[in-house]
Amino acid sequence: MARAVTTQRKVIATAAAWTIGIAIFFPILWTVLTSFKTEAQAIADPPVWFGFDWTLENYEVVQERSNYFRFLMNSVIIAVGSTVLGLLIAIPSAWSMAFVPGKRTKDVLMWMLSTKMLPAVGVLFPIVLIARFLDLYDTHILLIVVLMLMNLPIIIWMLYTYFKEIPVDILEAARMDGASLRSEIIYVLTPMALPGIASTMLLNIILAWNEAFWTLNLTTTKAAPLTAFIASYSSPEGLFYAKLSAASTMAIAPILIMGWFSQKQLVRGLTFGAVK
Amino acid sequence: MTSTLRALLGATALSAIGGIAAAETLTIATVNNGDMIRMQGLTDDFTEKTGHEVEWVTLEENVLRQRVTTDISTNGGQFDIMTIGMYETPIWGKQEWLVPLDDLSEDYDVDDLLPAMAGGLSVDGTLYAAPFYGESSMVMYRTDLMEAAGMEMPDAPTWDDIKAAAEAMTDKDNEIYGICLRGKAGWGENMAFLTAMSNSFGARWFDEDWNPQFDSPEWKATIDFYLDLMNNYGPPGAANNGFNENLALFQQGKCGMWIDATVAASFVTNPDDSTVADSVGFALAPDNGLGKRGNWLWAWALAIPAGSQKVDAAKQFIEWATSKEYIELVAENEGWANVPPGARTSLYENPEYQKVPFAKMTLDSINSADPTNPTVEPVPYIGVQFAAIPEFAGFATQTGQEFSAALAGQQSAEEALAKAQDIVNEEMEAAGYK
Repeated sequence: MARAVTTQRKVIATAAAWTIGIAIFFPILWTVLTSFKTEAQAIADPPVWFGFDWTLENYEVVQERSNYFRFLMNSVIIAVGSTVLGLLIAIPSAWSMAFVPGKRTKDVLMWMLSTKMLPAVGVLFPIVLIARFLDLYDTHILLIVVLMLMNLPIIIWMLYTYFKEIPVDILEAARMDGASLRSEIIYVLTPMALPGIASTMLLNIILAWNEAFWTLNLTTTKAAPLTAFIASYSSPEGLFYAKLSAASTMAIAPILIMGWFSQKQLVRGLTFGAVK
Repeated sequence: MTSTLRALLGATALSAIGGIAAAETLTIATVNNGDMIRMQGLTDDFTEKTGHEVEWVTLEENVLRQRVTTDISTNGGQFDIMTIGMYETPIWGKQEWLVPLDDLSEDYDVDDLLPAMAGGLSVDGTLYAAPFYGESSMVMYRTDLMEAAGMEMPDAPTWDDIKAAAEAMTDKDNEIYGICLRGKAGWGENMAFLTAMSNSFGARWFDEDWNPQFDSPEWKATIDFYLDLMNNYGPPGAANNGFNENLALFQQGKCGMWIDATVAASFVTNPDDSTVADSVGFALAPDNGLGKRGNWLWAWALAIPAGSQKVDAAKQFIEWATSKEYIELVAENEGWANVPPGARTSLYENPEYQKVPFAKMTLDSINSADPTNPTVEPVPYIGVQFAAIPEFAGFATQTGQEFSAALAGQQSAEEALAKAQDIVNEEMEAAGYK
């Protein structure tokens, strides 16, 4: 009897998981399908599902009209750059908060989180003015720093929770064996927290890849990433949904593929602690 | 002495080099509309003629507006030319954020620009942006459905004609709706339409002392008529429909009439995309016999921000892109139906262009809109479907949300109008107009 309930539960859980999964994936699927239609088919009502003449025309037009690889390279540089820089700062700070908490550590953590509560546009002008003053407008370095700052609270919080689960005894043992602070972080803590660091890194790359406020407002031509590439195909007067879909598909494909391959890491890092 | 002489000679040589126009790279911000895409495809012609290269930054309209506003107000200097509209030009021109275009060459023939366009893009008689293409709004209707209903659309219909036609053409069982109008909230979406419509009902945004007028019987009549039309003869879910949504509906044969931008005419008559391409007729936007029609006036125009280091090259580009020669270049490459409309008088005198089915109605629509005198009663602002003050975009979008909610059936016309009145009152007081 007990077993029957479990099976039933399993079926419900599986069905629910699939429903949610398909609901979340559907817009992406629809975008990909639309990218192979003509503009007229893209807006057809009732919608056409699979029975249309698949065409690569949209991809050809997009390829011809804009330099996809320049945007792609900018996206890679900005996403990876801001993530690496963020980790360099976040690992030591998360270490100190997890293992040598002071009286104000909890406040600092909350304060950091509170910076995420300010709408980005609220600091648009100060940042633009600083960028102009430092002559950094439309450069990779500006985007790397700004996106790093935007995501830093999330990185620190994630790492903090992973580090918290590592028994302090292990670090103390290393210290007793004469490990310096540097080697303690590099050789003891980091390897143990690797799944956590890896998933933080992946999540942060995804966040930076998809960031569409700062990347649009702080770039013009030289540092413009894929978000600008997509934005250039959206039209207020004219139906270009198929071309927009082709551009979107090209923009999300790299990150989708990366997510696919690192799925295991990502899920493990997000759901399990460091040493469980 | 000799060293001074040498220095002088050197300086002369340098200035001589400076005098020869060095090849520059111009960065141009624009939107992804058909005419702009065509321009991007033809830039090689400009580079060939002048040696200047062009880099395009194409952005979605609202992103572009935010991006360009940030850049110009911080003197960011990222763009040499910006594509802006009739709303921004007078505001920014007055702020001295734009380079005045008062020394364009004789060949350019400034006087050839349509007076309504030049007027809307000038401040105190000085042109601040050159119109690349202009549009008004008009009625597009299905000639086959009108015929089947035994009716005829006058060239200059009244709102009662529109209502009668909408009623006759509506066939909800076959998913044909008599009229499609904008319902999506936004100052450039439903409020552009409603403001233009309200002009023909004798309404206005402000009286001469900047008091909002949403409590007037004229605005009440406008909104009542609009809601009545849309609720009885409009498509379902119209509160989410903007230009593109209505364009899709019309092209699929689901609208009997559509009152919107004149540029839509080239889309709905294009057999590649439109299923009703050979049965579309055009008429002026409706009126109520009060002397003003319900059509708007808009231009996408090219302007040079005051911070640009490449003003001369930028002016050369603007002269190229908005010239008579450019229009001929497009006609040669893409046909007369695809040239940028609504900017030059000479285009409408061209016998080739007169053959284009929507040419005359577009010109008549543009000519019947007057941005400096848009309403029946006098107003303190410039603009037909907007008031050219910096605060407008913000509060018009908010009021647009109220009218969109009324169309969705979430509140009554009275509630929407009362809220609109409060919103605008508050904003105008905060901004110091009263």
